[in-house]
Amino acid sequence: MTVTVLLFASYAEALGASSLAVEVAGDATVADVISNVRAHPGADRLPPMPLVAVNQQYADAHAPVRDGDEVALIPPVAGG
Amino acid sequence: MTPLATLVRAPIDPIALVRAASSPGNGAVILFLGAVRQVNDGRDVTGIDYAAYEGMALRELQAIVDEGATRFGTPDVIVEHRLGELAVEDISVGIAVGHPHRDMAYAVSRWVIEELKRRVPIWKREHYTDGTREWVDPSGHVSVGSPR
Repeated sequence: MTVTVLLFASYAEALGASSLAVEVAGDATVADVISNVRAHPGADRLPPMPLVAVNQQYADAHAPVRDGDEVALIPPVAGG
Repeated sequence: MTPLATLVRAPIDPIALVRAASSPGNGAVILFLGAVRQVNDGRDVTGIDYAAYEGMALRELQAIVDEGATRFGTPDVIVEHRLGELAVEDISVGIAVGHPHRDMAYAVSRWVIEELKRRVPIWKREHYTDGTREWVDPSGHVSVGSPR
């Protein structure tokens, strides 16, 4: 199945893209998606476990993902 | 007024926020404005661009004002965050809170800005006088992907 990984700010710069289409197994979790992202050039500049949101809700590494999900890697936030 | 969160690209109008938070029952209306500071961590800043994961940022902001309204017992919690390119002294965020009593009005205002800084997916890239730009990482780690 395919999930869309969204990248922002410093993470988008590190990977040179604002989104990636990532193929994972049917029972994949957030951690599996992150492992896949790590294969991309520039991903060595990401922290070991970035903050993640699945479909716009914060999620932990064990959270399951489904086909078509939007998985966002959230750099340290700096609003205000 | 019901609790309201918005993301805007045009300049924030503080008076409009105050009006939105005012009501006959509110003995106190607090306005907080965040502005672009000229010096950050010892470096001279010429401007900031704000970026967001807009759908989620709006959801989180709305969740914060809704939760603040419930916790502190007032519907009059208004927050507006600006995105895009801002210059020094421009207002980046405005929070207006109306409450029957001042103690609670101050408390809601403070609570909203701290929650916003903790969980709303908004990022800022500072522009420096030497021409470089860098994403700000409030967690104190060296930011990734930024030219030094």
